[in-house]
Amino acid sequence: MADDFYQLIDRNKRNSLLLMAVFIALVAVVAWVIGLAWGRGDWRVSVAVGGVAAAISFLIALASYYGGASAVLAMSGAREIAKEDDPQLFNVVEEMSIAAGVPMPRIYIVRDDAPNAFATGRDPKHAAVAITTGLRSKLTRDELQGVMAHEMGHVRNFDIRYAMLVAIMVGVIVMLCDMFLRSMWWGGGRRRRSSSRQGKGGGAQAVIMVIAILLAIIAPILAKLIQMAVSRQREYLADATAVRFTRNPLGLASALQRIAADPDPLDHANRGTQHMYIVNPLNKASGQAGNLFSTHPPLEDRIARLRALAHEYPQTQANG
Amino acid sequence: MSVLPILAVNVTLIVTIVVLVLLVLVVAGMYNGLVKLRMRVKNSWSQIDVQLKRRYDLIPNLVETVKGYAAHEKDTLERVIQARNMAVNASGVKAQAAAENMLTGALKSLFALSEAYPNLKANENFTQLQEELTSTENKISFSRQNYNDTVETYNTKVQSFPTNLLAGMFGFREEEFFEVEEAAQREAPKVKF
Repeated sequence: MADDFYQLIDRNKRNSLLLMAVFIALVAVVAWVIGLAWGRGDWRVSVAVGGVAAAISFLIALASYYGGASAVLAMSGAREIAKEDDPQLFNVVEEMSIAAGVPMPRIYIVRDDAPNAFATGRDPKHAAVAITTGLRSKLTRDELQGVMAHEMGHVRNFDIRYAMLVAIMVGVIVMLCDMFLRSMWWGGGRRRRSSSRQGKGGGAQAVIMVIAILLAIIAPILAKLIQMAVSRQREYLADATAVRFTRNPLGLASALQRIAADPDPLDHANRGTQHMYIVNPLNKASGQAGNLFSTHPPLEDRIARLRALAHEYPQTQANG
Repeated sequence: MSVLPILAVNVTLIVTIVVLVLLVLVVAGMYNGLVKLRMRVKNSWSQIDVQLKRRYDLIPNLVETVKGYAAHEKDTLERVIQARNMAVNASGVKAQAAAENMLTGALKSLFALSEAYPNLKANENFTQLQEELTSTENKISFSRQNYNDTVETYNTKVQSFPTNLLAGMFGFREEEFFEVEEAAQREAPKVKF
C-alpha cells in the first residue's frame, strides 16, 4: 500500500518535469510558426521568434515552478488567514497534516458563496490549502475534515506540483493563442494589401497561414487534454487518500453531497484553474455521462464509492 | 597487434571500476533510504508526545472554566485532574496507555456533563477549550496512526530483499507498532483504486 503512494509521487515529479519540457517545446514551435506567418516565409524571422520564445518559456517554466502557487492563489482571489481567524479550520488542517505526515500548509480563504476548495504549491513543504467561505460555512467538523483530508491527499501525493504547473502553463498557452488570433485579426488588412501589391508568394503564405491557424486551434485542445488527463483519476485517488487519513469515508461523502446540492458557480475559476478544485467550479454536471472534456469524475460516482467504503469501516462514525 | 592486450586489460579494468562504483552507489542509496525511514519513525513517535503534552496543558484551564459554572460537580472534575496527573507521571508504555485511556474517559464524562449547563456551553472560553481538546484528541490518534503507517513502511523495508541484508549488517531493527484496543484501527483501510 505504502509503496503505491511513493510510485504515485515519483510519477507526479516525473510528469512535472516532462510537462515543463513539453511546454517549452510547444511554445517554441508555435512561436516559430507564428514567426513564419509574420516574416512571410523569411526563415530568419521565424527562427529568431522561436528562439526568443523558447528562452522566455524556459523562464516562465522556472517562474511557475517557484512562483506558481502565489500566482494561482492570487488568480483565485484567496487571502491567507491566521489561527485566530478560524481556530477550528486550523485545527482540522493540522490534524490532517499530522495524519498525512507532512508539514502544516498555509491556509487561505476565498470570499465566494460557491462551495469549493483546492490545494496548491510545489511540494508539501511549500503548500497551501484554500476553501471558499461558502463551503466553510456549510460544513460540519467531520465534513470539513473530509474535505481537508482530500486536499492534504493532493499535497502529499505531489498532485499539487503538477496541477500548479498545468494551471500556469495552460494559462500561458491560452493567452498566447488569443494574442496570436488577435494579431491575425488586426494584421489581416495590412497583409492583404501588401500581398496584393507583391502579387507573388500568396500561395506559400496561405499555406503558412493555414498551419498557423491550425496550430492556434490545436494548441488549446492539446492543453485541454493535458489538463484533463491530470484530473479525473487524481480525484478518485485523493478521495481514497482522504479515507486513508480520516478512516471516515462518510465525512467527505456528505461534504460532496452538500456541494452537489449547491448550484452557485465560482467567480474566480477559469479554464486554467478549474482542475485544481475539489469539484469542477465551472460546471458541476459536466462529469455526468463520462464527458470526454471534463476534469472531474461525476460527483454521484465519487459519493457512491465513498459510501461503499463506509461499510468496511463501521467504527468510523464514532466521532460524528 | 600488441596494442590489443593492453586495450583488453583496460576494458576489464574500466568495466570492473564501473560495476564497483554502481554497486557502491546502489548500496549507499539503500542505506540512506533506511536511515531516512528510521528517522521518520522517530519523528512520528515524538509527534505523539507533543500532542499528549498539549492535552496535559489544556486540562487545568478547562477545569478552571468548568468550576465557575458547575462547582458542585466536584467528583467529575477531580477525576479529570487525577487522571491527568496519573498520565503525566506514568512510566512505561503499558501504564501510560492505561492512564491515557482513563483520561480520555474522564474528559468524555466532563463534556457530557456540560450538556446540562447552558451557561457553560454558551461560554466562549469553554467552547474554545472544547474545540482545542477535541482537536488534540484527534491529533493524538492521527499521530499514532501516522506512527504505525511509518513503522509499517520501515518494517517492510527492513524485511524485504535486498535491503534486509543491509539492515542486518548495520543493525536496523524492526520497530514496534503502537498498540490500540481495536485491531481494526491499526490496519490501514484497504482502498481500491
